[in-house]
Amino acid sequence: MNIKQQFKEGLITNNPVLVQLLGMCSTMAITTSLFNGVGMGLSVIIILTCCNIAVSACRKFIPGEIRLAIFVVLIAGFVTIVDLLLKAFVPALSDALGVFIPLIVVNCIIIGRAEAFAAKSSVAASAVDGIAQGLGYTLVLSAMCIVREFLGSGSFGGGLLNGANSFLTMDGSGAGFQIFNGETYGCLFMILPLGGFLTLGCLIALMQYVLRRSAEKKELKEKEAAE
Amino acid sequence: MLTSLLSISLGAILINNFIFSQFLGCCPFLGVSQKVDSAIGMGLAVTFVMGLSSALGYVVNLILIKFGLEYMQTLAFILIIASLVQLVEMFLKKSIPSLYSALGIYLPLITTNCAVLGVVLLNVQNNYNFIESVVYGITGGLGFMLAIVLFASVRERLQFAEYPKSFEGFPIALVSAGLLALAFMGFSGMKIW
Repeated sequence: MNIKQQFKEGLITNNPVLVQLLGMCSTMAITTSLFNGVGMGLSVIIILTCCNIAVSACRKFIPGEIRLAIFVVLIAGFVTIVDLLLKAFVPALSDALGVFIPLIVVNCIIIGRAEAFAAKSSVAASAVDGIAQGLGYTLVLSAMCIVREFLGSGSFGGGLLNGANSFLTMDGSGAGFQIFNGETYGCLFMILPLGGFLTLGCLIALMQYVLRRSAEKKELKEKEAAE
Repeated sequence: MLTSLLSISLGAILINNFIFSQFLGCCPFLGVSQKVDSAIGMGLAVTFVMGLSSALGYVVNLILIKFGLEYMQTLAFILIIASLVQLVEMFLKKSIPSLYSALGIYLPLITTNCAVLGVVLLNVQNNYNFIESVVYGITGGLGFMLAIVLFASVRERLQFAEYPKSFEGFPIALVSAGLLALAFMGFSGMKIW
Protein backbone atom coordinates (compact mmCIF):
# COMPACT_ATOMS: atom_id res chain seq x y z
CA MET A 1 0.00 0.00 0.00
CA ASN A 2 1.43 3.38 -0.92
CA ILE A 3 1.38 6.55 1.12
CA LYS A 4 -1.09 8.39 -1.09
CA GLN A 5 -3.58 5.54 -0.78
CA GLN A 6 -3.19 5.49 3.01
CA PHE A 7 -3.88 9.20 3.28
CA LYS A 8 -6.92 8.92 1.03
CA GLU A 9 -8.25 6.13 3.25
CA GLY A 10 -7.59 7.98 6.49
CA LEU A 11 -9.10 11.24 5.32
CA ILE A 12 -12.06 10.06 3.26
CA THR A 13 -12.87 6.50 2.27
CA ASN A 14 -11.98 4.92 5.61
CA ASN A 15 -12.29 7.96 7.87
CA PRO A 16 -12.09 6.85 11.52
CA VAL A 17 -15.15 8.81 12.67
CA LEU A 18 -17.42 9.06 9.65
CA VAL A 19 -16.89 5.58 8.18
CA GLN A 20 -15.42 3.37 10.91
CA LEU A 21 -17.64 5.10 13.53
CA LEU A 22 -14.90 5.12 16.19
CA GLY A 23 -14.19 7.71 18.85
CA MET A 24 -17.63 9.30 18.87
CA CYS A 25 -17.65 10.47 22.50
CA SER A 26 -14.85 12.97 22.17
CA THR A 27 -16.03 14.02 18.71
CA MET A 28 -19.36 15.17 20.10
CA ALA A 29 -18.20 16.37 23.49
CA ILE A 30 -15.39 18.80 22.80
CA THR A 31 -16.29 20.32 19.44
CA THR A 32 -17.59 23.64 20.71
CA SER A 33 -14.72 25.86 19.56
CA LEU A 34 -12.02 25.42 16.94
CA PHE A 35 -9.33 25.73 19.62
CA ASN A 36 -10.58 22.60 21.40
CA GLY A 37 -11.06 20.66 18.17
CA VAL A 38 -7.63 21.36 16.73
CA GLY A 39 -5.91 20.81 20.09
CA MET A 40 -7.65 17.47 20.64
CA GLY A 41 -6.92 16.46 17.03
CA LEU A 42 -3.21 17.22 17.37
CA SER A 43 -2.97 15.32 20.67
CA VAL A 44 -4.63 12.30 19.08
CA ILE A 45 -2.32 12.46 16.03
CA ILE A 46 0.74 12.39 18.32
CA ILE A 47 -0.59 9.58 20.53
CA LEU A 48 -1.88 7.51 17.63
CA THR A 49 1.38 7.77 15.69
CA CYS A 50 3.53 6.91 18.73
CA CYS A 51 1.28 3.97 19.63
CA ASN A 52 1.21 2.63 16.11
CA ILE A 53 5.02 2.78 15.92
CA ALA A 54 5.43 1.11 19.32
CA VAL A 55 2.88 -1.62 18.64
CA SER A 56 4.31 -2.31 15.21
CA ALA A 57 7.88 -2.45 16.51
CA CYS A 58 6.92 -4.93 19.25
CA ARG A 59 4.45 -6.95 17.22
CA LYS A 60 6.77 -9.96 16.99
CA PHE A 61 7.27 -10.20 20.78
CA ILE A 62 3.72 -9.60 21.97
CA PRO A 63 1.94 -12.88 22.75
CA GLY A 64 -1.48 -13.02 21.09
CA GLU A 65 -3.56 -13.81 24.18
CA ILE A 66 -2.64 -10.74 26.20
CA ARG A 67 -2.04 -8.30 23.33
CA LEU A 68 -5.01 -6.09 24.19
CA ALA A 69 -3.83 -5.60 27.77
CA ILE A 70 -0.36 -4.66 26.49
CA PHE A 71 -1.84 -2.24 23.96
CA VAL A 72 -3.88 -0.55 26.69
CA VAL A 73 -0.83 -0.10 28.91
CA LEU A 74 1.20 1.31 26.00
CA ILE A 75 -1.60 3.72 25.10
CA ALA A 76 -2.04 4.80 28.72
CA GLY A 77 1.68 5.56 28.90
CA PHE A 78 1.63 7.80 25.84
CA VAL A 79 -1.59 9.50 26.95
CA THR A 80 -0.03 10.29 30.34
CA ILE A 81 3.00 11.84 28.59
CA VAL A 82 0.81 14.05 26.38
CA ASP A 83 -1.46 14.94 29.32
CA LEU A 84 1.49 16.13 31.41
CA LEU A 85 3.03 18.02 28.46
CA LEU A 86 -0.26 19.84 27.80
CA LYS A 87 -0.64 20.69 31.50
CA ALA A 88 2.85 22.17 31.49
CA PHE A 89 2.89 24.06 28.18
CA VAL A 90 -0.72 24.66 27.06
CA PRO A 91 -2.70 24.82 30.33
CA ALA A 92 -5.64 26.55 28.60
CA LEU A 93 -6.19 23.53 26.37
CA SER A 94 -5.79 21.15 29.29
CA ASP A 95 -8.47 23.08 31.21
CA ALA A 96 -10.84 23.25 28.25
CA LEU A 97 -10.65 19.55 27.41
CA GLY A 98 -10.61 18.47 31.05
CA VAL A 99 -11.30 14.80 31.56
CA PHE A 100 -11.30 14.09 27.82
CA ILE A 101 -7.49 14.11 27.54
CA PRO A 102 -6.99 11.14 29.92
CA LEU A 103 -10.04 9.56 28.27
CA ILE A 104 -8.05 9.25 25.01
CA VAL A 105 -6.92 5.96 26.61
CA VAL A 106 -10.34 4.48 25.91
CA ASN A 107 -10.77 6.21 22.56
CA CYS A 108 -11.58 3.33 20.24
CA ILE A 109 -9.64 4.87 17.34
CA ILE A 110 -6.30 4.20 18.97
CA ILE A 111 -6.86 0.63 20.14
CA GLY A 112 -8.76 -0.05 16.91
CA ARG A 113 -5.87 1.02 14.68
CA ALA A 114 -3.36 -0.83 16.88
CA GLU A 115 -5.36 -4.04 16.53
CA ALA A 116 -6.49 -3.66 12.90
CA PHE A 117 -3.39 -2.17 11.32
CA ALA A 118 -0.24 -1.72 13.41
CA ALA A 119 -0.22 -5.29 14.76
CA LYS A 120 0.12 -6.60 11.20
CA SER A 121 2.19 -3.99 9.37
CA SER A 122 5.72 -2.61 9.15
CA VAL A 123 6.84 0.28 11.35
CA ALA A 124 6.93 2.83 8.51
CA ALA A 125 3.48 1.91 7.22
CA SER A 126 2.08 2.08 10.77
CA ALA A 127 3.56 5.53 11.32
CA VAL A 128 1.97 6.79 8.11
CA ASP A 129 -1.31 5.15 9.10
CA GLY A 130 -1.21 6.90 12.48
CA ILE A 131 -0.70 10.31 10.85
CA ALA A 132 -3.34 9.68 8.15
CA GLN A 133 -6.01 8.39 10.54
CA GLY A 134 -5.21 11.11 13.05
CA LEU A 135 -5.56 13.75 10.34
CA GLY A 136 -8.91 12.26 9.33
CA TYR A 137 -10.07 12.54 12.96
CA THR A 138 -8.78 16.15 13.17
CA LEU A 139 -10.56 17.00 9.92
CA VAL A 140 -13.90 15.78 11.27
CA LEU A 141 -13.37 17.53 14.60
CA SER A 142 -12.57 20.82 12.84
CA ALA A 143 -15.57 20.50 10.53
CA MET A 144 -17.86 19.86 13.52
CA CYS A 145 -16.36 22.80 15.42
CA ILE A 146 -16.75 25.18 12.50
CA VAL A 147 -20.38 24.22 11.88
CA ARG A 148 -21.41 24.26 15.55
CA GLU A 149 -19.58 27.47 16.34
CA PHE A 150 -20.89 29.28 13.29
CA LEU A 151 -24.52 28.29 13.85
CA GLY A 152 -24.35 28.55 17.62
CA SER A 153 -22.52 31.79 18.22
CA GLY A 154 -21.96 33.25 14.77
CA SER A 155 -18.18 33.22 15.01
CA PHE A 156 -15.33 31.39 13.31
CA GLY A 157 -12.17 30.03 14.91
CA GLY A 158 -13.03 30.80 18.55
CA GLY A 159 -10.05 30.46 20.88
CA LEU A 160 -7.61 29.79 18.07
CA LEU A 161 -7.82 32.87 15.85
CA ASN A 162 -7.86 36.46 16.89
CA GLY A 163 -8.80 39.16 14.42
CA ALA A 164 -7.04 42.06 16.09
CA ASN A 165 -3.32 41.95 16.85
CA SER A 166 -1.89 38.44 16.93
CA PHE A 167 -3.48 36.21 14.36
CA LEU A 168 -2.93 32.83 16.03
CA THR A 169 -3.33 32.52 19.79
CA MET A 170 -2.07 29.59 21.81
CA ASP A 171 -3.82 30.28 25.10
CA GLY A 172 -7.40 29.96 23.93
CA SER A 173 -8.15 33.63 24.51
CA GLY A 174 -8.83 34.60 20.88
CA ALA A 175 -12.40 35.69 20.29
CA GLY A 176 -12.50 34.49 16.68
CA PHE A 177 -14.09 36.36 13.80
CA GLN A 178 -17.62 37.45 14.51
CA ILE A 179 -19.62 36.78 11.32
CA PHE A 180 -23.09 37.63 12.58
CA ASN A 181 -24.51 38.66 15.90
CA GLY A 182 -24.56 35.36 17.76
CA GLU A 183 -26.37 36.66 20.82
CA THR A 184 -29.42 37.71 18.85
CA TYR A 185 -29.48 35.32 15.91
CA GLY A 186 -27.40 32.30 17.02
CA CYS A 187 -29.01 28.93 17.74
CA LEU A 188 -27.80 28.28 21.26
CA PHE A 189 -28.69 24.59 21.01
CA MET A 190 -25.87 23.96 18.52
CA ILE A 191 -23.34 24.56 21.31
CA LEU A 192 -25.28 22.32 23.72
CA PRO A 193 -25.13 18.48 23.59
CA LEU A 194 -28.06 18.35 21.16
CA GLY A 195 -25.99 20.19 18.55
CA GLY A 196 -23.24 17.60 18.84
CA PHE A 197 -25.59 14.71 18.13
CA LEU A 198 -27.31 16.54 15.25
CA THR A 199 -24.12 17.75 13.54
CA LEU A 200 -22.40 14.37 13.72
CA GLY A 201 -25.54 12.60 12.46
CA CYS A 202 -25.79 14.93 9.48
CA LEU A 203 -22.06 14.65 8.71
CA ILE A 204 -22.21 10.83 8.71
CA ALA A 205 -25.33 10.95 6.53
CA LEU A 206 -23.50 13.25 4.09
CA MET A 207 -20.56 10.85 4.03
CA GLN A 208 -22.84 7.86 3.36
CA TYR A 209 -24.49 9.82 0.54
CA VAL A 210 -21.15 10.70 -1.08
CA LEU A 211 -19.79 7.16 -0.77
CA ARG A 212 -22.99 5.67 -2.20
CA ARG A 213 -22.98 8.08 -5.13
CA SER A 214 -19.35 7.34 -5.98
CA ALA A 215 -19.99 3.58 -5.76
CA GLU A 216 -22.99 3.93 -8.08
CA LYS A 217 -20.92 5.95 -10.55
CA LYS A 218 -18.18 3.34 -10.51
CA GLU A 219 -20.69 0.59 -11.17
CA LEU A 220 -22.15 2.52 -14.08
CA LYS A 221 -18.72 3.03 -15.59
CA GLU A 222 -17.89 -0.65 -15.25
CA LYS A 223 -21.16 -1.55 -16.91
CA GLU A 224 -20.42 0.80 -19.80
CA ALA A 225 -16.93 -0.60 -20.16
CA ALA A 226 -18.32 -4.15 -20.21
CA GLU A 227 -20.78 -3.24 -22.94
CA MET B 1 -24.63 14.51 54.27
CA LEU B 2 -27.87 12.99 53.02
CA THR B 3 -28.80 16.07 51.01
CA SER B 4 -25.40 16.16 49.34
CA LEU B 5 -25.75 12.48 48.43
CA LEU B 6 -29.23 13.14 47.08
CA SER B 7 -28.02 16.04 44.99
CA ILE B 8 -25.15 13.92 43.64
CA SER B 9 -27.55 11.13 42.69
CA LEU B 10 -30.13 13.36 41.04
CA GLY B 11 -27.35 15.20 39.26
CA ALA B 12 -25.82 12.01 37.92
CA ILE B 13 -29.13 10.48 36.81
CA LEU B 14 -30.99 13.45 35.37
CA ILE B 15 -29.27 16.83 35.31
CA ASN B 16 -25.77 15.83 34.26
CA ASN B 17 -26.69 12.54 32.65
CA PHE B 18 -23.51 10.76 31.59
CA ILE B 19 -24.63 10.36 28.01
CA PHE B 20 -26.88 13.29 27.25
CA SER B 21 -24.91 16.04 28.87
CA GLN B 22 -21.36 14.74 29.33
CA PHE B 23 -21.00 12.49 26.29
CA LEU B 24 -19.40 9.70 28.29
CA GLY B 25 -20.10 6.17 27.11
CA CYS B 26 -21.51 6.98 23.69
CA CYS B 27 -19.97 3.95 21.95
CA PRO B 28 -21.93 1.25 23.83
CA PHE B 29 -24.90 3.63 23.94
CA LEU B 30 -25.05 3.64 20.14
CA GLY B 31 -23.77 0.10 19.64
CA VAL B 32 -25.88 -1.91 22.11
CA SER B 33 -29.21 -0.15 21.80
CA GLN B 34 -30.89 -2.19 19.08
CA LYS B 35 -33.05 -4.13 21.56
CA VAL B 36 -34.46 -3.18 24.95
CA ASP B 37 -33.44 -6.52 26.53
CA SER B 38 -29.75 -6.20 25.72
CA ALA B 39 -29.88 -2.53 26.67
CA ILE B 40 -31.11 -3.46 30.17
CA GLY B 41 -28.36 -6.09 30.51
CA MET B 42 -25.71 -3.65 29.39
CA GLY B 43 -27.05 -0.98 31.74
CA LEU B 44 -26.94 -3.37 34.71
CA ALA B 45 -23.42 -4.54 33.93
CA VAL B 46 -22.17 -0.96 33.50
CA THR B 47 -23.82 0.16 36.75
CA PHE B 48 -22.19 -2.72 38.61
CA VAL B 49 -18.73 -2.08 37.17
CA MET B 50 -19.03 1.68 37.66
CA GLY B 51 -19.96 1.30 41.33
CA LEU B 52 -17.16 -1.17 42.02
CA SER B 53 -14.51 0.75 40.11
CA SER B 54 -15.45 3.98 41.88
CA ALA B 55 -14.85 2.28 45.22
CA LEU B 56 -11.59 0.66 44.10
CA GLY B 57 -10.48 3.82 42.30
CA TYR B 58 -10.84 5.81 45.51
CA VAL B 59 -8.66 3.38 47.44
CA VAL B 60 -6.03 3.16 44.71
CA ASN B 61 -5.94 6.94 44.41
CA LEU B 62 -5.22 7.18 48.16
CA ILE B 63 -2.32 4.75 47.73
CA LEU B 64 -0.98 6.69 44.74
CA ILE B 65 -1.13 9.96 46.67
CA LYS B 66 0.65 8.38 49.63
CA PHE B 67 3.60 7.43 47.43
CA GLY B 68 3.49 10.67 45.39
CA LEU B 69 2.57 8.88 42.17
CA GLU B 70 -0.41 10.98 41.09
CA TYR B 71 0.87 11.09 37.51
CA MET B 72 0.24 7.35 37.23
CA GLN B 73 -3.50 7.84 37.79
CA THR B 74 -4.68 7.16 34.24
CA LEU B 75 -2.53 4.06 33.91
CA ALA B 76 -3.52 2.70 37.33
CA PHE B 77 -7.24 3.33 36.79
CA ILE B 78 -7.40 1.65 33.40
CA LEU B 79 -5.59 -1.38 34.83
CA ILE B 80 -8.06 -1.60 37.75
CA ILE B 81 -11.01 -1.37 35.39
CA ALA B 82 -9.63 -3.98 33.02
CA SER B 83 -8.93 -6.46 35.83
CA LEU B 84 -12.27 -5.71 37.48
CA VAL B 85 -14.14 -6.45 34.26
CA GLN B 86 -12.16 -9.65 33.87
CA LEU B 87 -13.05 -10.61 37.44
CA VAL B 88 -16.74 -9.86 36.93
CA GLU B 89 -16.64 -11.93 33.76
CA MET B 90 -15.11 -14.94 35.51
CA PHE B 91 -17.50 -14.62 38.45
CA LEU B 92 -20.58 -14.44 36.22
CA LYS B 93 -19.37 -17.34 34.10
CA LYS B 94 -19.10 -19.54 37.20
CA SER B 95 -22.12 -18.49 39.21
CA ILE B 96 -24.75 -16.94 36.88
CA PRO B 97 -24.08 -18.48 33.46
CA SER B 98 -27.45 -17.33 32.09
CA LEU B 99 -26.66 -13.65 32.63
CA TYR B 100 -23.15 -14.26 31.32
CA SER B 101 -24.38 -15.63 28.02
CA ALA B 102 -26.98 -12.87 27.74
CA LEU B 103 -24.31 -10.17 28.06
CA GLY B 104 -21.92 -11.95 25.71
CA ILE B 105 -19.48 -9.67 23.94
CA TYR B 106 -20.67 -6.54 25.77
CA LEU B 107 -19.05 -7.56 29.01
CA PRO B 108 -15.39 -7.29 27.93
CA LEU B 109 -16.30 -4.14 25.98
CA ILE B 110 -17.08 -2.35 29.24
CA THR B 111 -13.32 -1.96 29.69
CA THR B 112 -13.23 0.55 26.85
CA ASN B 113 -16.41 2.32 27.98
CA CYS B 114 -15.36 5.86 28.69
CA ALA B 115 -18.15 6.28 31.26
CA VAL B 116 -16.32 3.87 33.59
CA LEU B 117 -12.91 5.54 33.36
CA GLY B 118 -14.70 8.89 33.27
CA VAL B 119 -16.49 8.33 36.58
CA VAL B 120 -13.26 7.37 38.34
CA LEU B 121 -11.46 10.44 36.98
CA LEU B 122 -14.39 12.73 37.83
CA ASN B 123 -14.46 11.38 41.39
CA VAL B 124 -10.84 12.43 41.78
CA GLN B 125 -11.43 15.76 40.08
CA ASN B 126 -14.44 16.60 42.28
CA ASN B 127 -12.65 15.49 45.48
CA TYR B 128 -15.46 13.14 46.46
CA ASN B 129 -15.01 11.06 49.61
CA PHE B 130 -15.49 7.30 49.63
CA ILE B 131 -19.28 7.23 50.04
CA GLU B 132 -19.83 10.06 47.59
CA SER B 133 -17.61 8.30 45.03
CA VAL B 134 -19.56 5.06 45.29
CA VAL B 135 -22.92 6.86 45.12
CA TYR B 136 -21.76 8.88 42.12
CA GLY B 137 -20.56 5.70 40.40
CA ILE B 138 -23.79 3.76 40.98
CA THR B 139 -26.14 6.61 40.13
CA GLY B 140 -24.06 7.51 37.09
CA GLY B 141 -24.51 3.93 35.96
CA LEU B 142 -28.26 4.16 36.62
CA GLY B 143 -28.37 7.33 34.52
CA PHE B 144 -26.58 5.48 31.75
CA MET B 145 -29.10 2.65 32.04
CA LEU B 146 -32.04 5.06 31.91
CA ALA B 147 -30.61 6.69 28.79
CA ILE B 148 -29.80 3.46 26.97
CA VAL B 149 -33.17 1.84 27.76
CA LEU B 150 -35.11 4.94 26.65
CA PHE B 151 -33.03 5.13 23.51
CA ALA B 152 -33.42 1.43 22.72
CA SER B 153 -37.20 1.71 22.88
CA VAL B 154 -37.08 4.74 20.56
CA ARG B 155 -34.84 2.82 18.23
CA GLU B 156 -37.13 -0.20 18.07
CA ARG B 157 -39.80 2.16 16.74
CA LEU B 158 -37.41 3.68 14.22
CA GLN B 159 -37.61 0.56 12.09
CA PHE B 160 -41.08 1.59 11.00
CA ALA B 161 -40.20 5.21 10.29
CA GLU B 162 -39.44 6.65 6.89
CA TYR B 163 -36.30 8.69 6.44
CA PRO B 164 -33.83 9.52 3.63
CA LYS B 165 -31.69 6.60 2.56
CA SER B 166 -28.44 8.33 3.50
CA PHE B 167 -29.60 8.52 7.12
CA GLU B 168 -29.84 4.76 7.42
CA GLY B 169 -28.08 3.22 10.42
CA PHE B 170 -26.03 5.51 12.63
CA PRO B 171 -27.08 8.98 11.42
CA ILE B 172 -30.77 8.54 12.22
CA ALA B 173 -29.82 7.04 15.57
CA LEU B 174 -27.66 10.06 16.34
CA VAL B 175 -30.39 12.49 15.36
CA SER B 176 -32.93 10.74 17.58
CA ALA B 177 -30.40 10.64 20.42
CA GLY B 178 -30.09 14.38 19.92
CA LEU B 179 -33.83 14.79 20.40
CA LEU B 180 -33.63 12.74 23.60
CA ALA B 181 -30.79 15.00 24.74
CA LEU B 182 -33.09 17.94 24.09
CA ALA B 183 -35.64 16.38 26.43
CA PHE B 184 -32.97 15.89 29.11
CA MET B 185 -31.99 19.55 28.74
CA GLY B 186 -35.25 20.30 30.50
CA PHE B 187 -33.62 19.14 33.75
CA SER B 188 -30.65 21.46 33.39
CA GLY B 189 -32.19 24.33 35.33
CA MET B 190 -33.03 22.11 38.30
CA LYS B 191 -31.18 22.80 41.51
CA ILE B 192 -31.38 20.90 44.79
CA TRP B 193 -30.93 22.96 47.89
